[in-house]
Amino acid sequence: MSHADTQTRHVPDRLRPSLYAHLVGWESLLLAVAVAVFVFNAFASPYFLDAWNLSDATFNFTEKAMIAFAMAMLIIAGEIDLSVASIIALSSTVMGLAMQMGAGTPVLVLVGLTTGLLCGAFNGALVTRLGLPSIVVTIGTMSLFRGVSYIILGDGAFTRYPASFAWFGQGYAFWVISVEFVIFVLLAIFFGILLHKTNFGRMVYAIGNNATGALFSGIRVDRVKFVLFLMTGLMSGLAAVCLTSRLGSTRPSIASGMELEIVTMVVLGGINILGGSGSIPGVVIAAFVMGLVTFGLGLLNVPGIVMSIFIGLLLIGVIALPRLWAIWRKRTV
Amino acid sequence: MEPRKSTNPVNADQGVVLRLDGIIKTFPGVKALDNVRLELHAGEVTALIGENGAGKSTVVKTLTGIYQPEGGQILLDGMAISFSTPQDAADAGVTAIHQETVLFDELSVAENVFIGHAPKGRFGLIDTKLMIEKTAQILESIGAKISAGAKLKDLGIASRHLVAIARALSVDARVVIMDEPTAALSQTEIEELYELVETLKAQGKAILFISHKFDEIFRIADRYTVFRDGQFVGEGKMANVEEADLVQMMVGRAVDQLFPKRRAEIGEEVLTVAEYSHPTEFENISFSLRRGEILGFYGLVGAGRSEFMQSLIGITRPSKGKVSIDGRVSVIRSPAAAVEAGIVYVPEDRGRQGTILDMPIFQNVTLPSLKKTSRDGFIRLAEEFALAREYTERLDLRAASLDTHVGALSGGNQQKVVIAKWLATKPRVIILDEPTKGIDIGSKAAVHDFMSELAAQGLSVIMVSSEIPEILGMSDRVIVMREGRMVAELQDDALSPETLVRHAVGINVEGGLA
Repeated sequence: MSHADTQTRHVPDRLRPSLYAHLVGWESLLLAVAVAVFVFNAFASPYFLDAWNLSDATFNFTEKAMIAFAMAMLIIAGEIDLSVASIIALSSTVMGLAMQMGAGTPVLVLVGLTTGLLCGAFNGALVTRLGLPSIVVTIGTMSLFRGVSYIILGDGAFTRYPASFAWFGQGYAFWVISVEFVIFVLLAIFFGILLHKTNFGRMVYAIGNNATGALFSGIRVDRVKFVLFLMTGLMSGLAAVCLTSRLGSTRPSIASGMELEIVTMVVLGGINILGGSGSIPGVVIAAFVMGLVTFGLGLLNVPGIVMSIFIGLLLIGVIALPRLWAIWRKRTV
Repeated sequence: MEPRKSTNPVNADQGVVLRLDGIIKTFPGVKALDNVRLELHAGEVTALIGENGAGKSTVVKTLTGIYQPEGGQILLDGMAISFSTPQDAADAGVTAIHQETVLFDELSVAENVFIGHAPKGRFGLIDTKLMIEKTAQILESIGAKISAGAKLKDLGIASRHLVAIARALSVDARVVIMDEPTAALSQTEIEELYELVETLKAQGKAILFISHKFDEIFRIADRYTVFRDGQFVGEGKMANVEEADLVQMMVGRAVDQLFPKRRAEIGEEVLTVAEYSHPTEFENISFSLRRGEILGFYGLVGAGRSEFMQSLIGITRPSKGKVSIDGRVSVIRSPAAAVEAGIVYVPEDRGRQGTILDMPIFQNVTLPSLKKTSRDGFIRLAEEFALAREYTERLDLRAASLDTHVGALSGGNQQKVVIAKWLATKPRVIILDEPTKGIDIGSKAAVHDFMSELAAQGLSVIMVSSEIPEILGMSDRVIVMREGRMVAELQDDALSPETLVRHAVGINVEGGLA
C-alpha cells in the first residue's frame, strides 16, 4: 500500500469563517437600509431625533415583532400561521370577559396567554394530527377566532381595565425604555438562542429544508411543528396582553390585518417564505426598519394608506435588489 | 497501451460532429473540468466513463447549455460555438435524455413530446394535427407502439420512457446525450433501448452514452472516453480495450476485488421479526438476524422490500407482527424510536429521504445524534465537528470542507454522509437499501469494504439489493421476497444467481423455503 493510501484525507471544518457569511449576508443589507432610513428621517423631520419620540416609535413594531419571532421559526419549518391577529382579538376578548367578572391583572395576563396557547394548540393539532396544510387551516381559524370575538362583543367594547394592567403597554422600565421594548429585547434574545444555538432550532431548519429527510433522520417532525404552533399562539396571547393594555380597550376589530404586517416583517427579515433558511437577527433589523419607516412617514404627516404603499415597495425593493444585482453582474461578466 | 493515439490523426476529423477541446469549469473549491477533451462521431456511440465526481454530469450540463465553461472551446462540425442557454444547445441539435425527464400526466403524448416548441399554425395557435402527425412519425422511428393522442396518465412506465425519448428527438437532433438511461428500466426495456440506440446510429446521430454498467458499455458503445477527477484520462475504440484497462483508467489503480467480504464471527440473535404484515404492501415476514451477520434481501423492484424496511423503522405502521431486539419486544412507532432501539435505515432515495441536501455535511451527520453533541439542548459546534469528522474520515469522504452542502457532493460521497450519520448513533442493526445504486465503482468498493468491516465489528447488517453480484458477494444469508411475501431463505450452496432469480420471479424450484 502506498503512502497516499494510508494517510487520511484532510477535510477542513470550514473554508471560510462563519463571520464572513454574515458580513456579506442579508442582515448587512437590511442594516444598511435601517441606517439609511434613520439618517433620512433625522434630516426630514426636526422631531425625529428626540428620545421620547424614538421611544414612541418602538410601539410601531414591538407587539408585531413578538409574534414575528415565533412566526419566523414556523415559516422556516415550512408552515405558516395566518390566524395570529385573530388570536389577538380572541385573547383580548376573553381577557375582557375575565375583567368583567372581576379578574385582577395577574389573572388577566394568565387568561390572555392561555387563550393564545389554546388557539395555537388548536391550529397545531389540525395541522399535525390531520395533516392539513397550515395555510388553509389558519385562514379558517383566522375567520373562526375573530368571528367568536364579534359574537361576544357585537359592536360593543370592553373598557375599564384595571389601572395596574396598563403597565404592560404604557409602562416604562426606566427612562424612555418602555416595558414592551424590554419584552421585545428579551424575546429577541430568547428566540435568537432558541433558533441558532439549540438542537430544537437545528431541527426546525432540517424540517424546513426537507421534512421527509428529517423524519427519516429520527426527528419527531410533528412534535416540533406542534410546539412551533404553540409558541406562535402564546406570543399572540402576549401581544394581545400588550396591545390591550396599551389601548386600554378591546374591540373585535383589534389588530385587524396585523397578520400580513407580521409576515411582511418576517420575509423582509430574510426568512425564506418556502422554509429552510433565515435568521432572528434579520427579523430584529426588519422590525426596526418597518418601525422607522412608519414612524418617519407619520412625522411627515403621510396618511396610513400611503404608508402601506411604502412598506409594500420597501418589501419588494429589498427582496428584488439582490436578485437584480445578480442579474446585472451576470450580464456584465 | 497508449489509448490516446489509437486513431490516425488524418482520419480523426472524419465524422466528428462535436468536439470539446480544453474545457475548463470550476466551482468554489473544486475544478470540475480541467482541460478536458471529448469527441463525438456521427453514427457512433461514445461511452463517457468515470467515477462519480469525475466530471461527467458537468460535461453534459456544458453541452446542453446549463453551464458555461471558463475555458476551451466547443466545436460543432469544426466551427466554434457557444451555448449560453439550453435553447442554444437545442437549436444546434444537441439534445439529452435524462432519467428524470419531467412529463405531464394530464397532457397527451403529442403535447408532451412537443411541449415548449409545438408547431404553430394560423394566428400562432398550436397546429394539433401537424403535431400529432410529427409525433406519430417520431414514435414510429423509435419503434414505439404508442398512440400520439393518448393521455400520458394512461401509459405504463416503459411507454413513458419512450415518450421522454421522443421528446428529446423532437428537436432535430444531431447529438443525443443519454445520461444513465437504463437506471430505472427492466431487462426487456433495456433491450428495447439498445434497439433504439441502433436505430439512432443508423440515422447518423452522434450519441454520448453515460453509464456505470460495464456490460452495457461493452454491448452498445463504439468508442470510449475516460475522465478521472475532472481530467481527461484516455479515449479509444471499444474493440481495442479490456474491461480491466477501463477500470484501471477510471480509478487510477487496479481494482482486484470488488466484494471484499470477510467472514465475520456470527454471534447471538440480535433482531427477531415475527409475522410482520401490512394491509397492502407485505405479509407474514418472519426472520432473525444475528450479531455480525449480513442478511441480504433480494427481489424484483416492487417486491415490497423497501416498504417492509420502512415499516420496521416506524415510517408506516404494520397491521400485525412483533419485533424483538436482544430478546425484548420493542414497539417502534417512529424513526426516532427506531434510532433509540438501535435500528437505523439508509434509504434508497438519498436526495429525499437520506440527506438534507441544502444543509452542511456536519449538520447532516449529527442530526440523529444531537443529544450526544449538545449539553442541555444547546448545540456545541466543536463536538459536532469532532463527531462528523470521526465518522466521515472512517468512510474516506471527499469534500471541500465539512461545511459544504451535501447537495454539492457526488452520489457516492452523499451515501458516505448518510452511512456516517447512522454509524454515529452507534446502532445495533443497520439496514442498507440499495446501498450502491447509482454510485461509481470506487465508492462501491469502499461501501462494500466498510459493510464487511462493520459486520466484523459485531454490527448486524440488512442489505436490500437488486444486484445479484452484490447480494452473492456480500451476504451470509439471503431472503428472497416476491409480491410482498418471503418466498425463500437461502445460504451457502443454495445461493446462486439462478436460484435467486427463479425465486424472485416465481419459477418453481426444488428446495428452499415455501
